[in-house]
Amino acid sequence: MAEQRRLKVFRGTNERGELKEYRVAAGEGMVVLDAVHMIQAEQAPDLAVRWNCKAGKCGSCSAEINGKPRLMCMTRMSDYPAEETITVTPMRAFPVIKDLVTDVSWNYEVSKRIPAFKPRAPDAPDGTWRMYQYEVERPQEFRKCIECFLCQDVCHVLRTHEKHDQFMGPAMLVRAAVYEMHPLDEADRRDHLRHEGGIGFCNITKCCTEVCPESITITDNAIIPLKERVVDANYDPLVALWRKLTK
Amino acid sequence: MIRVLQDKGVHSGIDVHMECTIVRLFVSGGRIAGALGYFRETGRFVLFRTGAIVLATGGIGKAWQITSNSWEYTGDGHALAYEAGAELIDMEFVQFHPTGMVWPPSVRGILVTEGVRGEGGVLKNATGERFMFRYMPDMFKGDFAETEAEADAWVKGERKQNRRPPELLTRDVVAKAITQEIAEGRGTPHGGVLLDIASKQGPDYIKQKLPSMYHQFKELAHVDITKEPMEIGPTIHYVMGGVKVDAETQESTVPGLFAAGEVGGGMHGANRLGGNSLSDLLVFGRRAGLHAAEAARRGSPHISDSDVDITMQEALAPFEREAGENPFAVQSALQAVMQRDAGIIRDRHGLETALAELDKLKVRALEVGVTGSREYNPGWHTAIDLRSLLSVSEATARAALERTESRGGHTRSDFPDSDERQAREQIVVKQEGARMTVRREAQPPIPADLLRLIKEGA
Repeated sequence: MAEQRRLKVFRGTNERGELKEYRVAAGEGMVVLDAVHMIQAEQAPDLAVRWNCKAGKCGSCSAEINGKPRLMCMTRMSDYPAEETITVTPMRAFPVIKDLVTDVSWNYEVSKRIPAFKPRAPDAPDGTWRMYQYEVERPQEFRKCIECFLCQDVCHVLRTHEKHDQFMGPAMLVRAAVYEMHPLDEADRRDHLRHEGGIGFCNITKCCTEVCPESITITDNAIIPLKERVVDANYDPLVALWRKLTK
Repeated sequence: MIRVLQDKGVHSGIDVHMECTIVRLFVSGGRIAGALGYFRETGRFVLFRTGAIVLATGGIGKAWQITSNSWEYTGDGHALAYEAGAELIDMEFVQFHPTGMVWPPSVRGILVTEGVRGEGGVLKNATGERFMFRYMPDMFKGDFAETEAEADAWVKGERKQNRRPPELLTRDVVAKAITQEIAEGRGTPHGGVLLDIASKQGPDYIKQKLPSMYHQFKELAHVDITKEPMEIGPTIHYVMGGVKVDAETQESTVPGLFAAGEVGGGMHGANRLGGNSLSDLLVFGRRAGLHAAEAARRGSPHISDSDVDITMQEALAPFEREAGENPFAVQSALQAVMQRDAGIIRDRHGLETALAELDKLKVRALEVGVTGSREYNPGWHTAIDLRSLLSVSEATARAALERTESRGGHTRSDFPDSDERQAREQIVVKQEGARMTVRREAQPPIPADLLRLIKEGA
């Protein structure tokens, strides 16, 4: 039942590294993370990999499989032809710590700087609020985020142009949307999103939505409405028209 | 809930030391003085000097082969407390969740939520029989449905006139029933039984109520649970046993050392009920935090440099033995022993065998070697975790051998009945010198106000 599979796994650090080839006996239903664990247990105990739940819920085992950002625990070996060598590399948008483990702490720093959730004063004397179910459901979609950062990894603004110092990336825009679209929230994040967050860098190619393992409609439901809010605060169509006419 | 808490933490300026593993707690003058750990990323050590520590390390599931727990459930908090001189109680009570995935092999043990049965899912053996009606313990007779029609009506919401389905009996009862069905040859070829919701609820309802289960089976097993049954079997899920704490403060028998959540003992008796872990950590997590903050104000006692040096040398020792045994091999040998001899059904012979095997594994653990650097080296991490796994495995086996009855999450085939004389006794495990000692202690009486509430509830 077990068949021999070939894997190439990145071994090394940010400074230097190489793809090393391993062979594993792949059983039925095996996912790429299982193969990496088999290599670790039998051939290379120091092979570094982050993982936790093995069920696509914790967002720890993000990597690139044949160049595509994916969760290793949710990618079956049988999705690739038996004769194909499966290549596993760390996420490209973040510095490598070792092997498949990357330093994603930049995300936590960005997250800290997003203005916090600020609820309005309670609606009732007992300190509680009243909300409609449909109002609550809107930010709920963004709460599905498991912080795998695959959307950050695929985003060309971060991945190719390395604008980490100017653009917060789709995952953090989703985080901002959680607060921003909460029915009780009163904080104004438009300035933060425009300047520090660099929301204008996003040119809505929707790559982030495509890779999201939780199927969050990142571009359409989070980023575009946030862009609209920012535009609404900063561009007055009448003024723009006046400028055009008087030019 | 986790995400909201996390956000609150992020914006409250809490320092988080990510991927930092604690290897030892220091006690000085009978009080907690601090902890030594290492950062996985760099392999560098860090010493925390503090008069108060809250353990919140979860359980010990990784001591078995089939578990719903992830890699970090190696019982570190239990073992650190034990080594610091704290007492562990109830370590024989280990909960098997009745429904873990069994196929394909790579997902074996992953949890299938109780919600599937709550929404009407039924358990069937390979012959298609809905077998749980045959497993009603005397204690629960009269509380559960006796016919399929009654159970179906309850699921449909007619709850006043009908009793709940027997699939919702306590976790130990259902897990043992499944084990018996499989042992008697009525299991599936993959060694499980069938959990069927497709024949009880429509596809849209299932997808709406159980989205993550639908997703999990579709992605990981290529099974559409709206059309086919799931293959499931018992999986280690939770340990009721843990660090003995004072219920008001969550402080252990070592001043300054607190425990909250699964690592704490005594909260759930012999068998935790579904959902109670969450309430446990909300209530007692808060108490632990409040009292630890107070203890921290008393300052931290001195930690001797030589204690720190010795601990670091011990932790680094596997690097000196590059040719030593692979730590992953020792870990999997330990899991095999516990699964076979200290699993869901135990007996004296098996437990004695387990203890003898654990003695041999202790020697092997001292001889493991690791290669490579200290930076993010899972082989090294596993070598260090072995010490905790060995301590909690031994504690479980010794306590299980001591309790000569069956109760909740502890079943002895040589003592199949509950023994009322042991009902109010707790088994306490403590380190004396280098030896693990076991003794019985009377359970503290239920406080009067709680007794009154229980009576009102009934």
